[in-house]
Amino acid sequence: MTTPTPRDPSPKAAQMVRTTLTYLLLSAGAVIMIVPLLMMLSTALMPNQYALHTPPLIIPLHPTLANFAAAWGQNNFAQAFINSVVVAVSSTFLTILLGAMLAFAFARYRFPGRNVLFYGMLATMSVPTIVLLIPQFVLASRLHVTDSLWGLVLVYAAGMAFTVYLLKGFFEDLPQELFDAAAIDGAGVWLSFFCIALPLARPALAAATIFAFSTNWDEFTWAITSLNDEKKYTLPVAVQQFFSTHATNWGIVFAATTLAIIPTVVVFLIFQRYFVSGISAGAVKG
Amino acid sequence: MRVSLATNTTSPQSQQRRWWLSVRRYLPIYLLIFPGMALFLVWTMFPLIYAFVMSFFQWNPNPVATSPFSGLANYTRALHDPIFYQALRNTFLYTIITVVGQMAAGLGVAVLLNTKMVGRSVFRIFFYLPVVCSWVVVSIIFSYIFSTGGLVDYIFGTVLHLISPQQNWLGDTALALPTLMLLGIWKGIGWNMVIFLAGLQGIPTEINEAARVDGASRWQIFTRITLPLLRPTISFASVILTIGAFGTFIPMFILTKGGPLHSTETLLTYAYTNAFSSFDFGYGAALTYLFAAFIFVLALIQIRVTRARTQY
Repeated sequence: MTTPTPRDPSPKAAQMVRTTLTYLLLSAGAVIMIVPLLMMLSTALMPNQYALHTPPLIIPLHPTLANFAAAWGQNNFAQAFINSVVVAVSSTFLTILLGAMLAFAFARYRFPGRNVLFYGMLATMSVPTIVLLIPQFVLASRLHVTDSLWGLVLVYAAGMAFTVYLLKGFFEDLPQELFDAAAIDGAGVWLSFFCIALPLARPALAAATIFAFSTNWDEFTWAITSLNDEKKYTLPVAVQQFFSTHATNWGIVFAATTLAIIPTVVVFLIFQRYFVSGISAGAVKG
Repeated sequence: MRVSLATNTTSPQSQQRRWWLSVRRYLPIYLLIFPGMALFLVWTMFPLIYAFVMSFFQWNPNPVATSPFSGLANYTRALHDPIFYQALRNTFLYTIITVVGQMAAGLGVAVLLNTKMVGRSVFRIFFYLPVVCSWVVVSIIFSYIFSTGGLVDYIFGTVLHLISPQQNWLGDTALALPTLMLLGIWKGIGWNMVIFLAGLQGIPTEINEAARVDGASRWQIFTRITLPLLRPTISFASVILTIGAFGTFIPMFILTKGGPLHSTETLLTYAYTNAFSSFDFGYGAALTYLFAAFIFVLALIQIRVTRARTQY
């Protein structure tokens, strides 16, 4: 059935062909991945008459920053940027602090209700957040936190299940002797958490922070559902409003989207290894 | 053992003491988990249960108005609603095609990148960038390159003459959903690449070398050795991706709002429109619960099927 393939007559030439083919395929793929993003950037950098130009321009003609200045000054965009910073920073801080407290308790202690609470939390990870949207909206309006940045912070911080899952794995791997020694010296749960576990968890906290921050920075659905007042819009909502109101002014729309993704892309480029280690940790554990 | 025997004597005094001991032991732990747990229970667990309750009412969002109990009416309504079936079909089509497409493309890239080569990390960054960009932004970018006379029309119409250069991608009932699928696949390839690279690096190189010595071709090595050994990775990725694809909402919301003529309507866009445009919260909640049930069943099946033969 399977005849063994004969050895290549000239292994070196075959290797060359294979390497060239690999690079060609990968380059073609990379072009498909990158060109849409480059189109955004070049359209943002050109006067609007060159948008939807034939042929499409990937290298901008007459580059200018006018669109960026215009986008920044319109539709409360600067305000939206500040709102996004406030919401993303405070909800990420809450997620990480409270999530680490939960993860530490789940990882290092046995107590009644532990399994129910932990697995209950894990189970909600498979429920798309949008399933929660309708009841969260009703709850938020009864508690008068719709149309408020507080409402965003509370809901984002409550989505801490992934953080807990990520950090619990880390806290479990810490050596028990550390905590035994601390217990002998009289340290309780809280001291062990703040003085031993938390400082040691810095790399894991960094990874969790990056994940939580980019999730909260990009969150759109809850924000557009709960916010009415233009002055409270976060960036994704402001960008979408730009898109629906300036639909033909692509230069300004793409200047706005570029400003919106710069923070996440920069964070990604700087902290790449955390991104990769975070998802592969999930892959191995899953 | 002896200690527990000693404390088992049921004098009220020792019982009280035991109770006090367990309070002292557990109270700091409960205090530690309290703030996070409270937030989680109020804003995630409670809404999950509350949605279930809402789905049995003709829910009125106005707090002063009454919301009559209607039993299973919202669920039977869904079963007689042709748009519900349309949305169900679209959701499944979108999920199957984007999950398979992403995994195939991501695995291909991972296999090509799984050698020592110059520029490996640059390729990895390029393929991963769309994953990092938010759905809102990539949706807007796709509406630009898929606009009539845009980049896609130019390359495939004007240059290659494969299609007419004036396609109405997002406004055509036959093309809108496939366009959204392309967006979903494009955005997900990088994630799959990383997952499969991790999986490939877990396969010992000796196995491949041994097979090559025995005369196996590259294709045989891939289908007979690599793929079976990647089964746990494939299983993990397919569950995560299915949940993700089922939950895709933003591109539909931004680009098509479920249209034209419900051709891109998914369970989520339909639930959203019912709740927040028609203010029919009860029906919306019932739809999301049907949706959650589908995910649950699908995840169970997938775990069963793909985990069945992982032993190697």
